[in-house]
Amino acid sequence: MKLILFYLRKLFAVLKNEVLVLPSRVAVIIFFLFILLLPLFTDDLYVLRVFTLASIFAIFAASWDLLSGFTGQLNFGHALFFGVGAYSAALINLHWQLAPWLSIPLGALIGVAAGLIVGIPALRLKGTYLALTTLAFPIIVTGLVFTFPDFTGGELGISGIQKLAPTRIHEYYIISILMLGLCTIMWKITDSNTGIIFHAIREDEIAVRASGVNTTRYKLLAFCLSGFFAGIAGGLYAHFMRIAGPSVLEISLSFMVVIWAMFGGAATIYGPIGAVFFLYPLVEFMHVIQDYRTLMFAFVVLLVLLFMPDGLFRWLREKIETECPRCKVRNIATRDTCRICTAPLD
Amino acid sequence: MSIILDIIVMGLIKGSIYALLAISFSLIFGVARIVNIAHTAFYMVAAYCIYTVTNYMGWSAVPAMFVAVILSVILGMVIYKVFLNPIREHEGAVLIATMAIAMVFQEVMTLFFSGSFLSVPNLIDGYFIIFGVKVFYQQLLTLCAAALVMVILMIFLFKTKLGLALRSTAQDREVANLMGINESKVAMITMGIAIGLAGFAGAIVVPLEILEPHMWATPLVMMMAVVVLGGLGSLKGSFVGAYIMGFTEAMVVFLSPQGAFLKISVALLIMIIVLLIRPEGLFGVYFEEER
Repeated sequence: MKLILFYLRKLFAVLKNEVLVLPSRVAVIIFFLFILLLPLFTDDLYVLRVFTLASIFAIFAASWDLLSGFTGQLNFGHALFFGVGAYSAALINLHWQLAPWLSIPLGALIGVAAGLIVGIPALRLKGTYLALTTLAFPIIVTGLVFTFPDFTGGELGISGIQKLAPTRIHEYYIISILMLGLCTIMWKITDSNTGIIFHAIREDEIAVRASGVNTTRYKLLAFCLSGFFAGIAGGLYAHFMRIAGPSVLEISLSFMVVIWAMFGGAATIYGPIGAVFFLYPLVEFMHVIQDYRTLMFAFVVLLVLLFMPDGLFRWLREKIETECPRCKVRNIATRDTCRICTAPLD
Repeated sequence: MSIILDIIVMGLIKGSIYALLAISFSLIFGVARIVNIAHTAFYMVAAYCIYTVTNYMGWSAVPAMFVAVILSVILGMVIYKVFLNPIREHEGAVLIATMAIAMVFQEVMTLFFSGSFLSVPNLIDGYFIIFGVKVFYQQLLTLCAAALVMVILMIFLFKTKLGLALRSTAQDREVANLMGINESKVAMITMGIAIGLAGFAGAIVVPLEILEPHMWATPLVMMMAVVVLGGLGSLKGSFVGAYIMGFTEAMVVFLSPQGAFLKISVALLIMIIVLLIRPEGLFGVYFEEER
């Protein structure tokens, strides 16, 4: 009993001293609560479906950020990993009769293999060359899908895949909790030593190599990790939609993930997730003006970029928080002095 | 025999179109350092423009082509001024801005013309037969027009003062600026010329293709593959790469079963193999990383 009270008091102390002092941390807590409590407020299946898909795409966008935002290996063909994950989960489920909790991780492993296959030629290429080359991979796979319609279902895709869970609410909870978990893992990876090396590779690869880091290995690692998370997103998508068609390999999906990540702010992880949860439901709920919604989407993106070229969420964070010039600790923008070292903030 | 001729005709036409697109894309990339994803969207806009002018206004095809090219030049320059110039320093932002512009065009065209497939009548009807292969006059015309425009472009780039300014800006932006070249003005002019070329490519190809709002995606991929294959910023590379890609596509279509599905895959595979051997492309000069 005493122990529980101790932990409770500790929790309150952390909450009061570490979380509530910074608006960005409060925002993260609110986001978690919102995701977990949403089914209490609405049982509209359409709303749940939109947020489930948003969760899937959030994993996908964050995995792009892990690769391209952090290491600067601009990937224009990220739909490859998503599509490979979706197709392999679907095929494994259909032919070997494995349950979703096995077929999705297996699909993700095939996504890792895809990451290696793309990553090895990509090691020799840089910048724009890399971006334009990676664009080619999903299109090559699409060509193969159309060429062997007996195996891949051709234009119609693979249908008759097992459902992820019996009801919509179950599916919502499985996918959203997975999303929160995987995104936290991705954020932890980028916050670790590996993440620092990823950052450094983007800033100056030669300098990193000169300090004795095997950049080749880290770049391949980034490709594999990204392929893994995107593969999971693809597998979830296949089991949720119960179809894996050529649309999961489309160029527009590759472009969409770049738009989401850049719109929210690259190299942040929270940026792409926030952007997906902002843009995806926005576009979906505009179905009253069906014909105009993609147009509206494009205009929103263009206008936001004109004023916040570094991404929406980064811009917001700069507005509500300032960094202490002396001890580099973040503070809420309304404070005059730093909360740790009491140096004046300007 | 006839299949070889078929391949030659189709390869030349595809190659010329890709060459026009890739050279103009290279110009923008070289001078303004913008990866213009919306490039083939302008090609689509020009094609729709011709459809509108010939179908609804009843003009003949030649003035329609002029209207289409001029309109796409103006559109390109306005879009550069309004959307791209203010964010040019942020590479990522420019990238997704051009994607968003392409989407806007696609949606606007869908709104006006619906998603259905349309076609435009030939400029000149009729065909002649050599060795049992039908060669339409329209195909010949497309080929000649593409060749003519490329010659004019080369004369412009290598013989005029503005062309010199363009090439020097592509070589080194800062030094060009120091030599008194108004760099942002040159960038805008380049954008205009390049978009005009893309529009022209759209205008001459439209009778041979099916008109629909998604028609920009496939040429975009092929154009980028050409540019990477030839080497970024190298006009000669774009030219050679375009014909390599064009002929590969034609050969796959005519020689292999299921060729229509595989043509792009095979062409892109060739690009990847070339890049594995020469990472900077066929004629590419490796840009020193700006550090």
